[in-house]
Amino acid sequence: MRTLTFTGIAVGIALLVATATSVLVENEYFFSASYTVLQFVVLATAWNILGGFTGYVNFGSAAFFALGAYSGIALDKLTSAPLPLVILAGAAVAGLVGLGMGYLTLRLRGVFFAIATIALAEVLFTLVVNWDYVGGARGAYVALAQTPPLGFRSMGRLLFTVMALMAAGAVSIARFVQVSTLGRGLAAIRDDEMAAECSGVPTLRLKLISTTLSGALMGMAGATFPWFLSYVEPHGVFSLSYAVNSIAMPLIGGMYDWAGPVIGALLLGGLQQILQVNVPADWNLFLVGALLVVFVTVAPHGIMGWTRRR
Amino acid sequence: MSESLLVATKVTKRFGGFVALEGVDLSVATGERVGLIGPNGSGKSTFASCIAGTVRGGGTIRFDGRDLGSMPPHRRIRLGIARTFQIPRPFASMTVLDNLRVPLLYAAQKHPLLQRSLGHERDEAMAILKQVGLEAKADRVSRELTQVDMRKLELARAIASHPKLLVADEALAGLSPSEVDEVLAILLEMKSRGVAVILIEHIMRAVLRFSERIAVLVAGRKIADGPPGTVVRDPEVERAYLGG
Repeated sequence: MRTLTFTGIAVGIALLVATATSVLVENEYFFSASYTVLQFVVLATAWNILGGFTGYVNFGSAAFFALGAYSGIALDKLTSAPLPLVILAGAAVAGLVGLGMGYLTLRLRGVFFAIATIALAEVLFTLVVNWDYVGGARGAYVALAQTPPLGFRSMGRLLFTVMALMAAGAVSIARFVQVSTLGRGLAAIRDDEMAAECSGVPTLRLKLISTTLSGALMGMAGATFPWFLSYVEPHGVFSLSYAVNSIAMPLIGGMYDWAGPVIGALLLGGLQQILQVNVPADWNLFLVGALLVVFVTVAPHGIMGWTRRR
Repeated sequence: MSESLLVATKVTKRFGGFVALEGVDLSVATGERVGLIGPNGSGKSTFASCIAGTVRGGGTIRFDGRDLGSMPPHRRIRLGIARTFQIPRPFASMTVLDNLRVPLLYAAQKHPLLQRSLGHERDEAMAILKQVGLEAKADRVSRELTQVDMRKLELARAIASHPKLLVADEALAGLSPSEVDEVLAILLEMKSRGVAVILIEHIMRAVLRFSERIAVLVAGRKIADGPPGTVVRDPEVERAYLGG
């Protein structure tokens, strides 16, 4: 299937689901929970471009997500920019930091690269905590419009639609990457970087494309977060759960295919949302850990790999 | 003899205090088959890496009239320098066919990332696999291959890059005599394509059968370079390498 056709179908499904649920579902919690699940679809898909397709494990997803959120806060304080511009700004800032991270960590692989991403997250966390303009350690509020734009009945419904479209976009980009020449080059880097370079793959350039794209999509996911909660603070957006989930979801779904993170995010994210209202909050991370152990043992290539083998 | 394709001059490489290569000169003409021999640790693989660009050393390397300088490996292979590895390095998660698609897309094309379709290279990949005898295993995941098939895959991947020079680093290591003949036949076939080959090898029977010229490295220095018959009778070579 051609990329444009796939993107059209993905956007069509997103709009159809958003419209149908907006008409049929009265419960506001549904939109809040679905927003969170779709946010993880974007995060997991973004993580997988670098972690799954290219083989570079990023433990700093929360930092890119937070960059998107705080870019939104900064832009809102500066100009009260409209949401699409905020999303673009979040993606641009996180993408640029992704590019910078790529340059700084060119010689690092495996566990050393992973540690560098944790370090990056810590540096950005410290920066935000001490940046008074965006609220510093005490956090920042976002003023929500009394009446949501475009005729939406609530801000939650609007943000759910926006996140559904972003998920469709992110998944389309990931699929395009996978089936294109770029994806084959990234897979070669993941399997053996030196052999890839000696087969003509410009490994440096491709890694930078991968870090930039992955960072930008994570930033995009984070950009609308302040409007979702109307309040953000550093510990919340830099939370370990973003880093853990964005790794766990592709791992559970399958890292070699664009569909893996989507399946993982829908399953794990959906389950977490159900548990959130039924069991104590700490059990959520415990569940992620337990599922990871199970999948690493039973199906190391995730659900996609497992179904293909059968 | 035609004009030299590769001219390596005073190639030197040190790893800390250890001198791996000391002023090695080597020229290879278009389509020429050169055997590069020497005891373990004599610098053969390091020399291969210097030519392929995976190791940066001193001296100059000119290829097809161009100074390679600090050119990265992915640009050298586009110029026509392919290499195989001493220990096969397949793209383990990919099928045999997909392994060949990587160089076909990246090394043999001018602007790989601007290509729109991913289907056109299949026919050429299958033709190469047929040539090396891996046609029936095209859809097999490469990590499941046997040792000899891994060696063939390495060669197939190098052929897919449309090389002018192939540096085959111990392409016959670990193979049985019949398997050595199989892989050697693929290497000999390169001559008909006008591809020059530097064969780094320990199996003297194969080196003597294959090479039009042999160069000998010992402790990072080239001690002999000439026709096989002359080189193997060189007293210094016998003493250093053949145990004479």
